[in-house]
Amino acid sequence: MKKFSIENLDLYYGAFHALKNVNLDIDETCITAFIGPSGCGKSTLLKTLNRMNDLVEGCKITGRVLLDGEDIYYNYDVNLLRKNVGMVFQKPNPFPMSVYDNIAYGPRTHGIHSKAKLDEIVERSLRQAAIFDEVKDRLKKSALGLSGGQQQRLCIARALAVSPQVLLMDEPTSALDPISTSKIEDLVQELKKYYTIVIVTHNMQQATRISDKTAFFLLGEVVEYDSTENLFSMPQDKRTEDYITGRFG
Amino acid sequence: MKKIIPINRMTLCQRLRNYLHSPLSFLIFLLVTLAALFSVFILLFLVVYILIMGIPHLTPELFAFKYDSDNVSMFPAIITTVQTVILSLLIAAPLGIGCAIYLTEYAKKSNRLVPIIRLTAETLSGIPSIVYGLFGMLFFVTALHWGFSLLAGVCTLSIMVLPVVMRSTEEALLSVPDAYREASFGLGAGRLHTILKVVLPSAVPGILAGMILAIGRIIGETAALIYTAGTVAQIPKDVFQSGRTLAIHMYALSNEGLHVGEAYATAVVLLLTVLLINTFASVIAKKIAKV
Repeated sequence: MKKFSIENLDLYYGAFHALKNVNLDIDETCITAFIGPSGCGKSTLLKTLNRMNDLVEGCKITGRVLLDGEDIYYNYDVNLLRKNVGMVFQKPNPFPMSVYDNIAYGPRTHGIHSKAKLDEIVERSLRQAAIFDEVKDRLKKSALGLSGGQQQRLCIARALAVSPQVLLMDEPTSALDPISTSKIEDLVQELKKYYTIVIVTHNMQQATRISDKTAFFLLGEVVEYDSTENLFSMPQDKRTEDYITGRFG
Repeated sequence: MKKIIPINRMTLCQRLRNYLHSPLSFLIFLLVTLAALFSVFILLFLVVYILIMGIPHLTPELFAFKYDSDNVSMFPAIITTVQTVILSLLIAAPLGIGCAIYLTEYAKKSNRLVPIIRLTAETLSGIPSIVYGLFGMLFFVTALHWGFSLLAGVCTLSIMVLPVVMRSTEEALLSVPDAYREASFGLGAGRLHTILKVVLPSAVPGILAGMILAIGRIIGETAALIYTAGTVAQIPKDVFQSGRTLAIHMYALSNEGLHVGEAYATAVVLLLTVLLINTFASVIAKKIAKV
């Protein structure tokens, strides 16, 4: 089942042509990885999926992005879009609030104020993000006191709390140590059952470990898009082969 | 418990010995230390001097409800000061904070209005207060026929502290990491929700610092008030009556030359008020920042 389909997408930052005629379908309840060297446009494409690029000044986009067949750039409520397409950022960015308030922020934004309902959402989200046991005694304490890895799982829990359909992850482990990274990788595997996940990563081992499909980006173009197994074992394009064998990038 | 003797600490003796090789470093060290001590000394001297001169005159009669020429009570001035501070902030705070929110959260970086607003604010904050006073007199007192009144004084002061409030709020908002905004937008929160729930709460200590600066300037202001709020020593019953703040009261007393001791007593009260406000505000800021 297609979740997203991206059609003839071009993106410019001012005069810089950052994404060139991207055509890509993202399947439902599977993990899609975007790989490629820095500055190749993979994060940029990720951010077009929940319109976070709207916040960047001088960013111009042409083409179409369909979510369940509906054009998200045409008459689509941006706040609703971002509720349905959650995002986890490269650096853990918890709000300077308590753990509880961090998770409850999203649901409250969307009009849930009942204490019992919020309690339930907070616990469920924290459990889903496999961090409940670590923070259950400090729900009222500041989230900034958690370790980096815990903060990132908290951010995942926060994204899950608004019950999104898709989770976009922009290099979610690049700022973390190997143990935290493996925890988050396990978590992503678990979450795949319920959510469509798109993950940008610099780490090719990570892409092979967790993703079902992989897209390789170079200089704003999608060079190759295939199942992860195929892409890494028998790349069709010379440039993909060079990249995954470590000849550049 | 075992006593710890750290090996990474230099005693004063060791440090001085190190300076033997570089007299220039020692000279600089000496000069900056002296500069620091001297600054503290001036401030302490000022405070102690005021206290010594003022406290003996700080009699209960000075806090009598009414002012007359025998008993120059500062009570009306205290009330007027409080009124002036509150009313001025009621005007300047929403305007200044609103303006700062517009500049940092709503205006696009390419917006040509932004540098103009910044330049205006910077220019306004550099204007001597007597100029504000004259403007207030010509505009509020004369042109609008408000007469010497609390309202004219408050409006003049609001314009005067507006850039202070605006700039410090803007600084505070700019120092809120963009990651917070992104996180909030990423959860589907709108701009207003993000500003109210995430950006403003983290900026509160900075905004409060701006308020304290503004309050300080209002409390200490005389030039902008003499020709706008006037110098009548009474508690204004409405905003169209004249009233004198503590600073004006002090100025008037020492100007008349008959009650210099009482002027010092007023200075003591002014000093304590400013100290109290600063402490109070920093306690609030800490409380808010803790969460």
